[in-house]
Amino acid sequence: MIEVDVGLRLGAFDLEVAFRNGEGVIALFGQSGSGKSLTLSLIAGLMRPNRGRVVLDGKALVDVERRVFVPMHRRRIGLVFQDSNLFPHLSVKQNLLFGRWFAPRRGREINFDAVIETLGIGNLLARRPARLSGGERQRVAIGRALLSCPKLLLFDEPLAALDMQRKLEIMPLIEQVRDEFKVPIVYISHAIEEVVRLATTIVVIDAGRVKAIGSPGEVFGRVSAHLAEERFDRASVLTMKVVGANAAYGLTELQHPSGTVWLAGPAGPIGGVTRIIVKATDVTLSLGPPHDLSTRSALSGTIEGIEKDGPLAMVAIALDGEGRLFATVTRHAFDEMGLDSGVRVFALIKTSALDERKIASIPRA
Amino acid sequence: MIDVSPTSLVDLSPAEWTAILLSLRIAIVATIAGLPFGIFTAYALARWHFPGKMIVNGVVHMPLVLPPVVTGFMLLILLGRKGVFGPFLADIGIVLSFRWTGAAVACAVMGFPLMVRAIRLSFESIDRRLELTAGTLGANRIWTFFLVSLPLAIPGIVVGAILAFAKALGEFGATITFVSNIPGETQTISAAIYTYTQVPGGDESAMRLTVVAIVISFAALVASEIIQRQAEKRLASFE
Repeated sequence: MIEVDVGLRLGAFDLEVAFRNGEGVIALFGQSGSGKSLTLSLIAGLMRPNRGRVVLDGKALVDVERRVFVPMHRRRIGLVFQDSNLFPHLSVKQNLLFGRWFAPRRGREINFDAVIETLGIGNLLARRPARLSGGERQRVAIGRALLSCPKLLLFDEPLAALDMQRKLEIMPLIEQVRDEFKVPIVYISHAIEEVVRLATTIVVIDAGRVKAIGSPGEVFGRVSAHLAEERFDRASVLTMKVVGANAAYGLTELQHPSGTVWLAGPAGPIGGVTRIIVKATDVTLSLGPPHDLSTRSALSGTIEGIEKDGPLAMVAIALDGEGRLFATVTRHAFDEMGLDSGVRVFALIKTSALDERKIASIPRA
Repeated sequence: MIDVSPTSLVDLSPAEWTAILLSLRIAIVATIAGLPFGIFTAYALARWHFPGKMIVNGVVHMPLVLPPVVTGFMLLILLGRKGVFGPFLADIGIVLSFRWTGAAVACAVMGFPLMVRAIRLSFESIDRRLELTAGTLGANRIWTFFLVSLPLAIPGIVVGAILAFAKALGEFGATITFVSNIPGETQTISAAIYTYTQVPGGDESAMRLTVVAIVISFAALVASEIIQRQAEKRLASFE
């Protein structure tokens, strides 16, 4: 349980954030320069706030008013940066054991073999970091942080330096770490797919202020005044049932009361439930069911809200059954099609736009 | 005519051998004794912010710009038998003036700026985030220094040590001012060469010692190159 309420002034930048996490992963989401990494520095103890406090498991790590400041090496907070920052003069195994050696004997609850197994790094132990690929390095970095048996794990854009293939490889590992090792996680990212997939709570930070806190659905379904810049930050989270698979084409069929979505690749066992994340920019609107189109995934609903900003319009669709889907269209298309509140539409979703980062397994309780 | 035939060059007189071995002893002791101070000073200059940092930096570099004779004379004033700290040192059994240990001190002081500079650059080139990472993994500053900063600075430390060693081998002005030129006690290769050039018929000895000085210095450079390359290969940065 982490509780943050801090203020810091750095030159012209003024940071003022407060949040706490109950269960699961909390994500700090914002563009670069929003202050999310600064917030992380304050939690980890790399910097001191001017005001406020950080409390972890009931113990104050910083409390400016009470003059408490626990130095970073005694906070037991594991940090994974964008660059893996492995020690180049030590082998992978020595890197992994670095933090463990400093962890109090009684606190070494995390099992070495279990971590190696989960992250799939058993065959790398004897190597030097210089001889690892980017993805391997990041896996080792996660393992190293985890093996220091931290009370909190902080991820600072851990996937940002990796290519798409590596991202897809590491994402499920972070999910597994979250589910298997029960360490609370604060995850920082500007990638919507990552935070929606991993987090239970999302804190949106903008210009040093908390702009929104809530579940992924609440946060990314918000109404905003700056559509043009923020259209890539808008996404809908839909809960769907896995009903079947088309083995010949490698597709998985997901069902929602309002229609069917096809996924490229597997999405868990048939009969299970999964969350998909649909970016507003990946949705096309149609007045009728799709035909003569390559897009096969369509959900029906009624337009319930419109926001217009410059050349673009953000359309909120109340899906039949339950849920709300956002679509970004041009204002031109919107007017020509005669769209408006109350109009019935089909929202078309490109299957190929749903990469694996946008498919979340439901976190185990 | 100076005889530079190979046989005459390896056929060193006992006096010449004494000067060579003494030089090596002084240079090695000066380097090894100077290293802990050099590493500490370099780290402080590279990583700490403290008032008077510029002054410390200036003092460290003084021997580089001062005439060596001036440095030697200051050592005499400070550490000589009748100097500021001399009597105190004599009380606890340390006599430096006119002893080989004094020569080692003079050489260490003269080589110090070169040593500190090389090591400091090495510390400065270490990615700060590696040290921060060590901190988040539970290592305090001392552990971080010994487990991360120091091993990563090894190439620079080797270079600094070799530079200091070479400087000690060639040091003349400060040494001769502080501890004089006593054969068998403080007469290093450089001082011996100088002495031989001042006496009739000393040219051959001077030549032989010159060749020895070249060989030792060159060997030190090659050794540093090899050690450094190996260290760098081990630390090879991520491509």
